[in-house]
Amino acid sequence: MSTRTASVWINGALLIGAAVTLFPLLWMLSVSFMQPGAASSLPPPVWPAHATFHNYRELFEHAGMGRYFANSVFISTAITLLSLVCNTLAGYAFAKLRFAGREKLFAALIGGLVIPAQVAMLPLFLLLKYVGLVNTYAGVILPSTATVFGIVGIFLVRQYTRGIPDDLLEAARVDGAGELRIFVQIVLPLLKPILVTLAVLTFLTAWNDFMWPLIVLTGQQHYTLPVGLASLSREHVQDFELMMAGAVITVVPVLILFLALQRYYIRGLLLGSVKG
Amino acid sequence: MNRSSTAWLFLTPALLVLGVFFLIPVLAGLLLSLTDYDIYALADIHNLRFVGLHNYWELLHRPLFWAALGHTLYFVIVGVPLSIGVSLGAALLLNSPLARARAFFRTALFAPVVTTVVAVAVIWRYLFNPKYGVVNFVLAHLGVQPVDWLGDPHWAMPMIILFAVWKNFGYNMIILLAGLQAIPAELYEAARIDGASAWRQFRHITLPSLAPILLMVGILTVAGYFQLFAEPYVITEGGPLQSTVSVLYLMYDEGFKYWNMGTASAVAFLLFVIMFGVTALMWRVGEARESLA
Repeated sequence: MSTRTASVWINGALLIGAAVTLFPLLWMLSVSFMQPGAASSLPPPVWPAHATFHNYRELFEHAGMGRYFANSVFISTAITLLSLVCNTLAGYAFAKLRFAGREKLFAALIGGLVIPAQVAMLPLFLLLKYVGLVNTYAGVILPSTATVFGIVGIFLVRQYTRGIPDDLLEAARVDGAGELRIFVQIVLPLLKPILVTLAVLTFLTAWNDFMWPLIVLTGQQHYTLPVGLASLSREHVQDFELMMAGAVITVVPVLILFLALQRYYIRGLLLGSVKG
Repeated sequence: MNRSSTAWLFLTPALLVLGVFFLIPVLAGLLLSLTDYDIYALADIHNLRFVGLHNYWELLHRPLFWAALGHTLYFVIVGVPLSIGVSLGAALLLNSPLARARAFFRTALFAPVVTTVVAVAVIWRYLFNPKYGVVNFVLAHLGVQPVDWLGDPHWAMPMIILFAVWKNFGYNMIILLAGLQAIPAELYEAARIDGASAWRQFRHITLPSLAPILLMVGILTVAGYFQLFAEPYVITEGGPLQSTVSVLYLMYDEGFKYWNMGTASAVAFLLFVIMFGVTALMWRVGEARESLA
């Protein structure tokens, strides 16, 4: 096979692959601007004949989508901030501070990765019920901080922090800097890239998370976008245009965030995968 | 403050969160699975009784549990090799020196990974709608009778597998691509001089070099696919005829629909044990083959 034929095959295959991955997303966007009922016709329309914002207006004004959107933004941001604080402090301690039982504790944490989060969900629900946190923001945020990127986050920060030379920290100690000051003034600025990576990964995972919010959020006023969309889709099975608009509202924010911070996201993915 | 006490201070938030919201619930879950915690116990804790292994025993005699396990295994056994195969194929294409616009293709192929399962599942339902979906429309032009993809018990699970492959292959593609890029070019150079065909290069250089990464990716994907839930919840609601009820779907229904928390906890632990067994076995076999090679 000549290089030219090979090139045609390879780029053709890539083109088909990209079409398959992007087509459903592009069509979602197109159908979301169609008039109600327009998508229920044959042949399936590719392009809206009379583009309209009707579906979006309907979702925001009558289906509570604005509320779900705000809930998603708030919950995902809170989970991201909380887990950043927890994971950065713990990851640094595991990487650079000596204490009795450090390696054993870290090994125990990594061992915890084999336990699927769902094993904890039933008792967690009962626990939250007894303390009155079912159907609250905190009921989603606190457990998700532990499960969404808890242990992996600590691992990522630890790996990255180990790259900071010990001499740098020792020199500061010799100069009489306290441990807290060393962390805030020397370590934190150096950790910026990994913190951005972790923030993107956590935010996207929290935004897309479905099972736990579905379980703990029993009332619509606290629904996140995925839970709200799942509930709407059961009522509006045949309202394709409305559902596509709902999917756009749910998916587009994370896609934009991903495109903007892709470099950081991919790095985190690769760092996280070398743990094996 | 000395370093040791700083360390514990720094560890406190993470350990507190992980302890209260993960470790304690996991242990409590084990206890819960040994009780008959149900809607009566939810109303009044005095109705709670310790039943030993009864929940497990009862589950192992319940056809729906075995059916759910069967559906989950079907999803894992067909879905994982298919996903990794597509990931590897895409990674090889992207890694080819002949590929153009690589950054664009990489992003395009990866895009489904960052999307929300619920949202893209809603799109999927439209595409495969028996009456107005584009899939049946195209097939009709090729002379194929319309298929009720999501309403036929034989087709529903393959549809969910297809969906999962579409949604997830980009993740492993990125990891495998990094693995491919780490293989020294001299190896291929030497093989070419020896006159090895592209297939033999793939068979004797690429695959062995990727083996450790493939094993890791395989284990992580198996563990992930055992946790099938959102896809059938949104696409098929477990149907038709319960043909897409997965183990976690069963756990969700038992626990949060019928409030049989004891039974549901037993389901969760059985899933954990099966997952652990399968991934540990994969690890063992992988390691053994590694040391032989």
